Amino acid sequence: MGEFKVHRVRFFDYMPSAIRTMAFNSQTERLAVARADGAVEIFNFNDNFFQEKVIPGQDGRAIEALCWVGHRLFSAGLNGEITEYDLENLRPQYTVDAYGGPIWTISSNSQGTQLAVGCEDGTVKIFAILEERIQFQRNLNRHKGRIISLCWHPSSAQIAAGMTDMITIYDAETGQATRRLLVDRAMGASKNKEVVVWSVGYLSDHTIISGDSAGKVQIWNGLTGTLVRTYLVTKWDVLSLIINASQDESSVIAGTSEGTVIQFQFISSTLDQHDKEWVRTRTFRNHSHDVSALAHTDTAVVSGGMDTQLVVRPLLDKVEKNTQESALRKIAFPHRSLVGCAKKAGLLLFQFPDRLELWKLGESEGHGEQHTHTHTLGEDHICCSALSACGGWLAYSTVSSVRLYRIQYNKTISINKVPKLPKELRSVHQLCFSSDSSKLFASSCQSSVIVVAVSQQECRYLHTLKHKTGEWKARMHLLCASDDGKWLATANTDCEIHIYNLHKMKLHCMVPVYNSCPTTIAIHPVTNNLISVHADQQIFEFSLVQKEYTQWSRRLQTQGLLSLWLERDTPITHITFNPKNPDHIILHDTYMFCIIDQSLPFPELNAVLWNQMTLKNLPVSQRIGQSHAFKICKIFQHLMCVSLLEDLSLVVVERPLLDIMSQLPAPVRQKKFAT
Amino acid sequence: MVEHGDIRVVHCGGSKLNFRDPVITHDSRFLLCASGEAVKVFSTSTEECIHELRGHTGLVTGVLLRPSNHLQVYSSSLDGTVRLWDFTDGILIKTCVIGYPIYSFYASAKHENIFVFAERFQLVAVHLPQSGDQLVEARELSAVLSGVNPNPAAIAFGRGGEFIASVNDLQLEVYFFKKQKSYRFFLKEDNKKGGWNTFTCVACHPKDDCIATGHEDGKIRLWRNFNHKKEYTYSTLHWHHSAVSSLCFTPEGTNLLSGGVESVLIQWRYKQESERDFLPRLGAAITHITVSPDGSLFCTSHSDNKITIIQSCVKVSAVIQGLVKGDSIRTDLMMDPRSKALVLNGKPGHLQFYSLQRDKLLYNLDIVQQEYIHESGLQQFEVVKAAFDASGLWLATVEERHQKAAELELNLKLWAFDEQTQSFVLNTTISAPHDAQITAMSFRQTADSQTTLLVSTSKDGHFKAWQLAAPAHTEDYIQSVNCPSWLCDFVGAYHGLVPECCSFSADGSLLAVAFQEVVTVWSPATWELTFFFFSPPSISDLCFGRLSCSKYLLGTTASNLLCCWNLLTCSCKTSPCIKVLSTQNFFCDSLNRFISLFLSFLLSVFVFKPSEPRPLFSRKAVCSGKVTQAVFAPREEMLESCEESSQWLNRSQLYFLTQQMDLMTFTTKAEEDRLLASSKQLVIDDSVAMTPFYLLLGKHRQQQQEHRDSDSSLWAERTALPQTSASIKELLQTPAHVLPSTSYLCSMFVQSLLISVSDARSAHAEEEMESEKEEEDSEEEMESSRSKPELVAAATESDAPALTKAQARELRRVRKLDHSWLAGLLDS
Repeated sequence: MGEFKVHRVRFFDYMPSAIRTMAFNSQTERLAVARADGAVEIFNFNDNFFQEKVIPGQDGRAIEALCWVGHRLFSAGLNGEITEYDLENLRPQYTVDAYGGPIWTISSNSQGTQLAVGCEDGTVKIFAILEERIQFQRNLNRHKGRIISLCWHPSSAQIAAGMTDMITIYDAETGQATRRLLVDRAMGASKNKEVVVWSVGYLSDHTIISGDSAGKVQIWNGLTGTLVRTYLVTKWDVLSLIINASQDESSVIAGTSEGTVIQFQFISSTLDQHDKEWVRTRTFRNHSHDVSALAHTDTAVVSGGMDTQLVVRPLLDKVEKNTQESALRKIAFPHRSLVGCAKKAGLLLFQFPDRLELWKLGESEGHGEQHTHTHTLGEDHICCSALSACGGWLAYSTVSSVRLYRIQYNKTISINKVPKLPKELRSVHQLCFSSDSSKLFASSCQSSVIVVAVSQQECRYLHTLKHKTGEWKARMHLLCASDDGKWLATANTDCEIHIYNLHKMKLHCMVPVYNSCPTTIAIHPVTNNLISVHADQQIFEFSLVQKEYTQWSRRLQTQGLLSLWLERDTPITHITFNPKNPDHIILHDTYMFCIIDQSLPFPELNAVLWNQMTLKNLPVSQRIGQSHAFKICKIFQHLMCVSLLEDLSLVVVERPLLDIMSQLPAPVRQKKFAT
Repeated sequence: MVEHGDIRVVHCGGSKLNFRDPVITHDSRFLLCASGEAVKVFSTSTEECIHELRGHTGLVTGVLLRPSNHLQVYSSSLDGTVRLWDFTDGILIKTCVIGYPIYSFYASAKHENIFVFAERFQLVAVHLPQSGDQLVEARELSAVLSGVNPNPAAIAFGRGGEFIASVNDLQLEVYFFKKQKSYRFFLKEDNKKGGWNTFTCVACHPKDDCIATGHEDGKIRLWRNFNHKKEYTYSTLHWHHSAVSSLCFTPEGTNLLSGGVESVLIQWRYKQESERDFLPRLGAAITHITVSPDGSLFCTSHSDNKITIIQSCVKVSAVIQGLVKGDSIRTDLMMDPRSKALVLNGKPGHLQFYSLQRDKLLYNLDIVQQEYIHESGLQQFEVVKAAFDASGLWLATVEERHQKAAELELNLKLWAFDEQTQSFVLNTTISAPHDAQITAMSFRQTADSQTTLLVSTSKDGHFKAWQLAAPAHTEDYIQSVNCPSWLCDFVGAYHGLVPECCSFSADGSLLAVAFQEVVTVWSPATWELTFFFFSPPSISDLCFGRLSCSKYLLGTTASNLLCCWNLLTCSCKTSPCIKVLSTQNFFCDSLNRFISLFLSFLLSVFVFKPSEPRPLFSRKAVCSGKVTQAVFAPREEMLESCEESSQWLNRSQLYFLTQQMDLMTFTTKAEEDRLLASSKQLVIDDSVAMTPFYLLLGKHRQQQQEHRDSDSSLWAERTALPQTSASIKELLQTPAHVLPSTSYLCSMFVQSLLISVSDARSAHAEEEMESEKEEEDSEEEMESSRSKPELVAAATESDAPALTKAQARELRRVRKLDHSWLAGLLDS
């Protein structure tokens, strides 16, 4: 496996922002997650919870609510606007001002024809969803006090609205309030504090379930307007509540400020009888802070909140036990690389939502030099960035523009913006420099790759690579150029990988489509084989010259991967190669990095992967018997990047979760036993 | 060795009350609980034991109300029988032989069968044959569940007996009787936070299909939807910090009660579990919780052998306290000379006074007087030694705390008996009386209580004599109470050897202190070393003989020798020396001349007189396990045993504690028969309803009862009621319409009350008549009223104990007659 000098980098103080709200689309199995900085992330639950798309945020855009209508995603925020997103080009498509002050909630009816928003001024506004836009229809009767939460009855005839101190039921046809349910305030000292109904649910049997700031989950009969049952679940707020509406409405989950998620189930109290009632059942405790966003899939409870982690907790009664499906998943880091590495120059580029940091790796005695470049262009956040291998060029892109910088390094770093960029470079999804730093590749909209020649003198548009004219394709999220400058590989979210011949500037071939999205691709510098790793942890090696999978890849597929390998729950986000030993492929995910030795046989399917330390203690004969292709190292945890520099030193960028935790605000005070 | 067929080893009370969960009867008036080989019936209001249901020959392992008849109760035992009792009258109705030892058993109203936990971890359904016979044999057995936890709390019947829930280790199994199908649910061994998920107990909701399970880590899970393999669900309640030991639903299912080591009873509102009530400070860890069928009384068993009865979860209304059994008895068993109570370690830091006769804890004496903190690993003060003086006026206690790093903390406390409060009052506290552990302590056993002397020996190589002294009248000390306190009188040592034990002779004139292999004898008056004996191995125990044997000094050595020195010859005379395998302990009878000796390996007991080398009594394998402590307790009344072999039991009884902390004793067959007879004829007064008629008749009966109770020796043979009561009875029992006129009745009634003196007899004859009547009534009374002839009678009795009682009475009557005749003659 070899020994490396390791740069252990811990100065990337990446801080994910808090999850504000989320919405699950049960038809497409996509989860949309809105973060506090305005970013929207889309996770594909069919494909190992892979983070397919990230719509970068914007300063001042605070999303309060998300809503799927079919394949369309709407959001509303405290800026008073309703936004629809262009999910292909990853940007807001249009915004509509509701003219009702800050919007707290947004909800669509079950047919997907109308959108209701609850505003600060106490109005519920109904918008009609049209083909390309939404149109204001009318206001429901206005009440004093803000509308905090909304829920349509599945028949679309009524809307339940949570307000302060009460829940109002509106007739959606007439716009009249038909019933008002008064919510009790908290007992004791906070009696004078008004209670906020943070969340409300409306079941098809006219049961209304509400969660409020007094810590109660209340079950109401919506027909008679009577309180059926009160569950006091926390001393603090019940922030979110969701019904598994896609199923039989037999389960409700509520998230609290204490970080707990509480499940209520509709169960018959005596077996074999049908008089069911709501019973508090399970409590999940996976968060340290507020649980402000919840989603209820058919098989799992998805929760997120202040502590920035997305937790997928499978309901064990719905999934097969002791499978990968039944494992708890915590998604803490983005499923893409935020670190760029200039292998020749020893520079590191860290991408933050609002700035980039450039660091120079130092010598053996530790710290590297820092040069921070802070981006302040407009309000848009950075969506991608790239650093050339020689360390001379830096490029980044926001939703609307691309910038290129020339880095000169002599004693001090000087960064100069390249003034004139070709106007084709406007909105790109991914940037990549060729290995000799002479070309910049940018994946643009219409799934094309723009090739730009960069040199000291000028920056010139060369060509646009398209695989087929006129065919509309998904955007490319991965770009990779070969070392010899001949090949460019691109991968898109439709799981397709295209290979372009840069000498001929045309499509060379297409890798057979696998049904899982590639998480990273790389071209081997010596053999020019394309290595692709997918969200379901499969590894493929594709020979660009022969246009077929290599023997190694075929052997790997016939033998199958280790179960230990397949059970990992974070995707591989980066691949590098060892220039000294072409057989070595170095890849990493959040919790380990692995060196795959292509010259060695594959391990048995259920083999135990020995620790390198125990292997070292074995006698040589046994050690050879134990040796296999996968060499996994778990010394470094919470990896953001592992890369091999030209001088054969390994750069390991870590971001310990504890550091992230320590930067979070203090959680609500809870009485802990024995304190 | 001599075999004594009629001396038996029996459990003599002090047995566990908290072994199995108790049962409260439907009217909430009685509490039944398994206690040793009997079932005790307590009154829930007065805490008194009303009677014991005896008959099992093995440990009783369960008590259950018969579901079909709430006046009857089943009990199961390790002897392989299930017995049906009428608990109000204490009558055994039926015995059902099952043939296997029963560890626990269950019954439900829906099922005719009862369910028995038998060997090989199986739950077996037993059909009890419906026959009128007293003794039936149950043959229809069918296994229901296997792999069952032997803990009785691990099985519970569900709503209306439709299913049975059983927990074992990490598995919950629910068996539905109708479908004959069982569902199993597993938990992971431990969760990430280090909690242990092992099941400890289970309870089922009486109305809903909800199973509550308690866990090792203090969680309570409420399981629902458990008729699905996968879609079952549970909610978790967590208050306890360590294992939940018992769970119980109230009869209507509105509340769930739970308890554990915290000794707090928690009442959870069913379906509103965030609301809960606490009843804290119950004294010791809760082991069982039961609720009366009407839900008005809760009852908790505690680990310190106590049953607490709680009214409506707020008020402790009664406490039934058995013998407190700690981890170890560091103070030996002792007898309080005054109350004749057994004294030993009880609750931590306490001495308990336990009445052996009434099988009841009298009181606890707080020695350490510090708050006890229930936490493992915490070193706290422990009472390690205690001693009474002969009159019971003084009590000396030693408490110590030994922490690893710190020095040994020792306190010697002397307690004086206060006549007014009838308890011991702290007189003197001597902190650090010695530099090292106190090995033995002894009071001078003299009748003269003025010059009490206490000797303590310690590992620091000294023995100290402590004496009660009046306070020094100095000006500096203005003492409000001018009471005398204890001061050190003398410090003795012998060549730097460590004294192991000490003993005063019966008259208090000599003190023997064993310094390893040297036994020194001192005179306490002058503190001179009078003489010493030398025996090669070190002496582990010392004792002077009593009464006629007081010239002997006995000692056991580490090399398993029992040595006896004759002090009169003043030489190291070791004439009766028995070579024994290993002496555990030996115990000296203060009234008799007997010494008992327990051999640990052979588990045998030997009783012998110091003067004779042959043991009077020996018994091998008295019990399973080692005997740890023993004590001779004087009897309240002498036993008239005629056999020579059991003569040593006449005036005192030997009690001993086994390793399982069972209190056992030796008893003769005759004594047992007498006890059994008396218990059979006892009628519970409590069972009679309070009607106006009862007030008239009941009070009378009560008097009668008291009257009867005053003598118990004659009680068994008694048949005829007093004449007066018979006439009243006749008057009251005859229907009113057949009664003669009131005037006639009145005269008859008055006549019946008068003493019949119609026969013109002489004065002495009259006296004789009366005495004869009285003699029937009570022997003791007669003894006290009579003076001269009785003395003779007593003398003859003691002279010839071989005479039977009937013979003796005959003889007495003859003598009396003779005597009066003779007196008449002499007078004339």
